[in-house]
Amino acid sequence: MKFTKTLMATTALSMTAGLANAEDMADKMTLVSWGGAYQRSQVNAYAEPYKKLHPEVEIVWDESSNEAVAKLRAQNEAGNITWDLVDVVAADAMRLCDEGLAMEYDPDELLAPGDDGTPASEDFGDLIVSDCFIPQIVYSITFGYRTDMVGDNPPDDICDVFDLEAYPGKRSLEKRPINNMEWALLCDGVAKEDVYDVLATPEGQEQALAKLDTIKDNVIWWSAGADTPQLLADGEIVMGSTYNGRLFSVIEEQGQPVAMMWDAQVFDLDGWIIPEGLPADRLARVKDFVRFATDTQRLADQAKYISYGPARKSSAPLVGKHAELGIDMAPHMPTDPANSKNTFLQNYSWWADYRDDIDAKFQAWLAK
Amino acid sequence: MSDVTDATTGKRAPTPDDALRIADSNQGGPVLAADGRPLKRSLNRALRMQKLRALALIAPLLIFVLITFIAPIADMLFRSVENQIVSETLPETVVALSDWQPDGGELPSEKVFEALYVDIFMAQERKLHTRLGSRLNYELTGMSSLLRKSGRGVKRFDTDIYTEQFTALDPSWADPATWVAMMADKANRDALPLTARSWARWVDFLEEEGDDPAKEDVEDFLFTTLYSDLVAGNTGGATDPRIAVAADAVGGFETVSLRDQFKAVDKDWVNPEVWRTILTYSPDYTSGYFLNAVDMQQGHDGPETRPENQQIYVKLFTRTMFMSLVITGSCILLGYPVAWILANLPMRTANMLMILVLLPFWTSLLVRTSAWKVMLQQQGVINDVLVWLGLVNDSARLVMINNQFGTIVAMTHILLPFMILPMYSVMQTIPPSYMRAAKSLGATDWTAFWRVYFPQCVPGIGAGSILVFILSIGYYITPEIVGGTTGTFISNRIAYHISSSLNWGLAAALGTILLAVVLILYWAYDRIVGIDNVKLG
Repeated sequence: MKFTKTLMATTALSMTAGLANAEDMADKMTLVSWGGAYQRSQVNAYAEPYKKLHPEVEIVWDESSNEAVAKLRAQNEAGNITWDLVDVVAADAMRLCDEGLAMEYDPDELLAPGDDGTPASEDFGDLIVSDCFIPQIVYSITFGYRTDMVGDNPPDDICDVFDLEAYPGKRSLEKRPINNMEWALLCDGVAKEDVYDVLATPEGQEQALAKLDTIKDNVIWWSAGADTPQLLADGEIVMGSTYNGRLFSVIEEQGQPVAMMWDAQVFDLDGWIIPEGLPADRLARVKDFVRFATDTQRLADQAKYISYGPARKSSAPLVGKHAELGIDMAPHMPTDPANSKNTFLQNYSWWADYRDDIDAKFQAWLAK
Repeated sequence: MSDVTDATTGKRAPTPDDALRIADSNQGGPVLAADGRPLKRSLNRALRMQKLRALALIAPLLIFVLITFIAPIADMLFRSVENQIVSETLPETVVALSDWQPDGGELPSEKVFEALYVDIFMAQERKLHTRLGSRLNYELTGMSSLLRKSGRGVKRFDTDIYTEQFTALDPSWADPATWVAMMADKANRDALPLTARSWARWVDFLEEEGDDPAKEDVEDFLFTTLYSDLVAGNTGGATDPRIAVAADAVGGFETVSLRDQFKAVDKDWVNPEVWRTILTYSPDYTSGYFLNAVDMQQGHDGPETRPENQQIYVKLFTRTMFMSLVITGSCILLGYPVAWILANLPMRTANMLMILVLLPFWTSLLVRTSAWKVMLQQQGVINDVLVWLGLVNDSARLVMINNQFGTIVAMTHILLPFMILPMYSVMQTIPPSYMRAAKSLGATDWTAFWRVYFPQCVPGIGAGSILVFILSIGYYITPEIVGGTTGTFISNRIAYHISSSLNWGLAAALGTILLAVVLILYWAYDRIVGIDNVKLG
C-alpha cells in the first residue's frame, strides 16, 4: 500500500514536471524583420515549417528591422521588451551588442551542428562577427545597370561608375558613407588591402570625397532599398547600387532590361539577435525556434525564395531552384564563384569607430 | 454698506467676486455669513469647491497631456545635457583624473590606471563598457573599439601575480569568506579605502546576479587594489592581522605596471587625447551636444568652431527656416484665390469644390509624395510632355526633383489645405455688402479689394501661415523622399541621429534648438501681428 502510494506520488510528480517543461516555453513569439520579399522568404522557410511542428505557437511579425536599434533601446529604457527575435544587419548587431541590448550566446550550445556534423561555430565560421550575432544570410551591395542604355559596352568594372564619359547619365548611390568611400578609393588608385588604412586618415577621407565629387552632380542618393530598382525601371539612372536580391527581382521577376555588374560587390551579413533580458519562458521558446531556423536545411530553403546566400557552409550544396520561377538559384547568389571574382569585405569594427566622424564629414560634403 | 446697495440694485447680476470685493473693502469689522463665520472665508470656501470641481473636470485631459506629451518632451530635452554615463561607468577614474593637468602633455599617473582597471573590470562584468565606448566615440573617433578591446583585455591582465603573492603569504587570502569578514569591520575598510570601495561594488554586482560573495572567487583586481592600499601605508588601524603581515611584505612584492598592461591592449591608452576626452566629458552635465548642434566643439581652450568640412547644422537650420518661409509664401499665393472663389460661390458649388481641397487630406502622405516623384522626375510626366511639345530638348530634360525645387513643390501641395481652410472660413464671414458699399462710395475694384476686403482676410492668412510654417519646419518624410541633398531639412538629421547613429543627446539638442526657434518666431509673430488677430474660423 505504502509502496503504491509512493509510486503514484512519484508518477504524479514527474508528470507535472513534464507538463511544466512544456509550459516553460511561451506560446507567442514576436519576430522582427524587414517586410517585403525578404520577410516572406523567412515565413516560408522558417516560420511555416516551425508551426507545423509546434501548432500551438503563434508567431507575430513586426516589420521594424529598419529602426530596430533605436526601438530596442527605447524598449530597454522603458523596461518592457516586446520583441523576441530581431533580424538585423551585422553592423546593427554589433551596436546592439555594444549597447548591451542584445544577448551574447554560445554558438555550439545554441545552434544546431551542420548536417555533416560540423559544429555550428565552424559551420558559420568567421560570419559570427559579434558575440550576439546569429548569421542567417550573406547578401551583397552591388551595382545593376540598364542594358539598353550602355550600348554594346556593358560596365564590368566598379570604376565604370566613376566614368562619366563612357557611361553618361545618372547613377544612384546610398546616402551614407559606408561602401561609397571604399569604392571611391579603390577607383582612385588605392589597393584593396590599404583601403581602410587610407580611409583612417583625414587626407584619405578627403581623397575619397574628392573622387566622389567628380560624379556628385550625376548622383541620385537613395535611402530605401527599393529606390534603385525603381529608378532603374523608370530609366532615371543608367546604373545604381542596391542589395543584390532587389536587383534579382527586377531582372528575373519583373523582366526589366537590367543586368548585374557584381564587380567589387560588398558582402554584408544579416542575421538574428535575441534581445537581452527576455523572461525565461520566452527565451526558451526563442532558443528553440532559432535552433530550428538556422539549421542546414532551413537556411538552404530560404534561398528558394530570395537570392541571398545561406550563412552556413553546409547549406551551400543544398541550394536548389526558385520556388516559383523554377530557375537555378546558385548562379544568382552573391557567393557564386562567377559572381565573386572580385569582392570587397566590409570592415565592421573599423566602421564602428569611424562612423560618427566620417558620417559628419560625408553629410557636410553632401549638403555643400 | 453703500456698496452692497449698489451691487444689488445695479443692472448686472451680482457675482461671488463682487461679494469678495465688498468683503475686502469693508472697513468696519468682518461681514458675517448666516452661520456666523466671516463672509469672506465662507465665500472662499464655496469658490474653492467650485474651482476644484472645474479642475476635476479637466483633470483627465490635463493628466493625459502631462503624461503623454509634456513628460516625454521634457525627458527628451533633458537628454541634450545629460552625461552621467561617464561618471557612473568610471567613478574611480573620474575622481582620480580630476587633478591631472591635461595641458602638461604628460600621461595620468599609475593611480589613474589602477582606478581605470577597477572601473573597466566592473563595467565589463556589467556589460556597460561598450555603451560608454559608443558615447565617447561621438567625441573622439576610436573610443568605441578602445573600450570594446579593453573590456576583453582586462580579464587577461598580468595582475594575477598579486593574487599569487598574497596567497603565497597567507593561503586564506584566496578564501572569499575571509574577505567578507574583513570588510565587515569599519577599521579595515578605513585602512584599505580603494579596496573597500571596489569590494563594495563587487559585492553589489554579485548580489544583483544572485551570487553569494562569500563563495565567489576573489578576482585579481581586488588583490591589485589591496596591494595599492598597502603600499600607500596608513594601515595602522586595521584589525585583521593579515593586513599588518601583508603591509610588511608588499615592499618586496613583484609588481606590474597597469599603464603597460593597458598599453598592451591598445596603445591609444597612452594617447593624452583619449584622457583629455574622458576628463572633458566626466561631469554629469555637458554642453557638448549643444555645441555640436551649432557646429562647435569643446576644444583645448573652451568652445571652438568645428573644422569647415564638418559644419552642417547651422546650414541646415537656416535652410529649414528659409524653405519653410518659401513654402508658406507659395501656399498663401496659391491658396488665397482658391479660398476667395470658394467663399464667393453659392453654397452648393462651394461644398463640391471643398471636397477637391480636402481630397488630398484623405490620401496617404507617402502616396502624394511618390506621385510628385512620378510627375517631376527626368523621365516623368512633366518632362515627357515638355519634350513632346518640343519645349525642352530630350537630352536636356529639366531636373525638378531631388533638390530644393522638388521639396518646395511637394510640400506646398501637401500643406495647401492647412492654408485654404482658415482663409476660407474667415472670408465666409466677410459680408459682400462691404465691397458694394465701398464701390458705391466711389472706390475702384482694386481699392475696394485692397482697402476693404483684404484687411479683413488677414486673421485667416495669419492662422494659415502659422499652421503651415510650423508644420513645415518639422517636416520629415517628404524632404527625405524628394529632397535629394539640397532639399533636406534639419528634421532629417534629427531622425538620423535618433534611429541610425543613436546619438540621442545630439538629436535632443537639435530638437531643443528647433523648439526654441519656433517659440521665438511665435513670440515675434505675437508682437508684430498679434496672436489675438488669428482666426481659425
